[in-house]
Amino acid sequence: MAETAAKHLSKAWTTNEPLVTVSDLKVWFPVASGLMQRTTGHVHAVDGVDLEIKAGETLGLVGESGCGKSTLGRTVIRLIEPTAGTVTFKGEDITHRRGEKLRVLRRDMAMIFQDPYASLDPRQTVGDIVGEPIDVHGLAKGRERQDRIRELLRIVGMNPRFVDRYPHEFSGGQRQRIGIARALAVEPTFIVCDEPISALDVSIQAQIINLLENLQSKFNLTYLFIAHDLSVVKHISSRIAVMYLGKIMELAPGQQLYRRPRHPYTGSLLSAIPIPDPKIELKRQRVIIQGDVASPVNPPSGCRFRTRCPRARQHCAEEVPPLESFGAEQMAACFYPLEA
Amino acid sequence: MAQPLLEVDDLHTVFSTKEGVVKAVDGVSFELYPGETLGIVGESGCGKSVTAMSIMRLQRPGRIVGGRVMFKGQDLTRVSDYEMREIRGKEIAMIFQDPMTSLNPVYRVGWQVAEPTRLHNSFDPKRALASAVEMLGRVGIPSPAARQKDYPHQFSGGMRQRVMIAMGLTTTPQVLIADEPTTALDVTIQAQILDLLRDVNREFGTATILITHNLGVVAGMCQRLVVMYAGKIVESGPTADVFANPKHPYTWSLLRSIPRLDAEQHEPLRPIEGLPPSLVDLPTGCAFHPRCVFRVDRCSRDTPPLAQVGSTQRAACWVTQAGTELKGG
Repeated sequence: MAETAAKHLSKAWTTNEPLVTVSDLKVWFPVASGLMQRTTGHVHAVDGVDLEIKAGETLGLVGESGCGKSTLGRTVIRLIEPTAGTVTFKGEDITHRRGEKLRVLRRDMAMIFQDPYASLDPRQTVGDIVGEPIDVHGLAKGRERQDRIRELLRIVGMNPRFVDRYPHEFSGGQRQRIGIARALAVEPTFIVCDEPISALDVSIQAQIINLLENLQSKFNLTYLFIAHDLSVVKHISSRIAVMYLGKIMELAPGQQLYRRPRHPYTGSLLSAIPIPDPKIELKRQRVIIQGDVASPVNPPSGCRFRTRCPRARQHCAEEVPPLESFGAEQMAACFYPLEA
Repeated sequence: MAQPLLEVDDLHTVFSTKEGVVKAVDGVSFELYPGETLGIVGESGCGKSVTAMSIMRLQRPGRIVGGRVMFKGQDLTRVSDYEMREIRGKEIAMIFQDPMTSLNPVYRVGWQVAEPTRLHNSFDPKRALASAVEMLGRVGIPSPAARQKDYPHQFSGGMRQRVMIAMGLTTTPQVLIADEPTTALDVTIQAQILDLLRDVNREFGTATILITHNLGVVAGMCQRLVVMYAGKIVESGPTADVFANPKHPYTWSLLRSIPRLDAEQHEPLRPIEGLPPSLVDLPTGCAFHPRCVFRVDRCSRDTPPLAQVGSTQRAACWVTQAGTELKGG
């Protein structure tokens, strides 16, 4: 693997510039209705997001279902073309890349999916699945290709003799390892992990988290780690972005976010997460926010969280709070933030 | 302590499959006391849902092949189908994980919530609907009189789960079985539903069995818990004691393997190695022994019974029954 590790270095992004920069990104999906299926509105899945991902870090992205976190992740690696805004990767604008230039880009980024049952083709062998990116990008042929596939399986902790088996022969955790091997096949620098452990059994989750962490330090990977479970995100991430209805509400290093959340949404999200310790649970003060997430088709005016926010005032409906600095490394989009 | 309300005694439920007989529930015993919330914790396939289904006699195609479920002097595994229908939904109610598939999409919500009182309390439709509307209001559905006319698809996931809870409560049952009631929900909605279940427990005094894989949920909701692995109870006891001082290596390892929100610094997780066993091909002896860091020779030969370990807990482990403390790096 020394040779592959060396190749990695050549792909590495060594400047201090962010590896990925997202500016004012918008992804809207049309909503069609009526007999003529005319577009009657848009789902504002991602609605003006600014974000930087530094080389070698894990940026955690948390939020509830429908907040746009997966759409953001897919747009960053250009599986979706954004409606507006830009995505910059290694200093180059990749927002509207197409054809061969987009294909080349795909050698540098990969994705790990949530559902290891749906994301592996049941008719392909493990070898075919892991080998496909190698073939598509012409990275290796024949014997070398076979060796590479076996090596990848070894790296993710699978027995290389499993190359001729099919996905149904494996458990969820092993399938997720196959998915990770496939993501690593192109030797990417950047991987979007979209809820990679939420479909797995509790006792298996830690194995996959540890694997992802080991791979990161071994191959100097950068992760965008998307999940709804804040405990897992806090464990694996250097910084965490909290998303709500298409917008970033708060951004901070994990520990800081946990100790001193400034956005009321972050506060209520933190207090909603059960801690596996009865002594702590007994004493905890819960801020239970009422109501459901508003519709992303007609998001509320001003701050999107205001319809559920215990601190909302008139101002919150009139103006969109910008994402502002709250001390070193912490940002929040709130006019009436929580006290530090 | 008071008399138990519900007593499950050496329950065995099996499924016949192509690969052989699956012992989904393999000798499970526990008691539920009035007013308490008991947690059943375990991973998928450990038998926690089949246990609940067997109590309700909804285990088909599985078969109850042994044991008793005592409720008010009757053995629920032996009462007639007719008698069971009188108990199910009236004295023991159940709420399910997925509120979308467990509500009927073609009936109005009010009609569905009113069904138990129409059937069990012989309320006329009008009175049943009135009590359904009242219950919908009590579980936190805004403007229940108007919303009762809506269909399930017009409700959000959290609201549907409230509807399910309302349906379970209309007959004021003595036992409520909640099978992963918040697993399909977002965390802020989960917090709302757990809060509602706490209120229900306080207000109606309903004894609750809460089935979940989430140790955090158990920590905040249950006074006592049982931990299941491969069809058996491996540990039981007061929640505080089990969390503070687990007596079964599975519980011990599971608690150490999950990342905690309140962790002070980053430490690598300590996963449980290996996979949960296949129920058609269980290891000999203790089913957890291939993954256990404390195993001794005997563990692969003899199956340990669930026995008293310490003053308040029970564990099915040769190691802790011999007095060894679970410790490790």
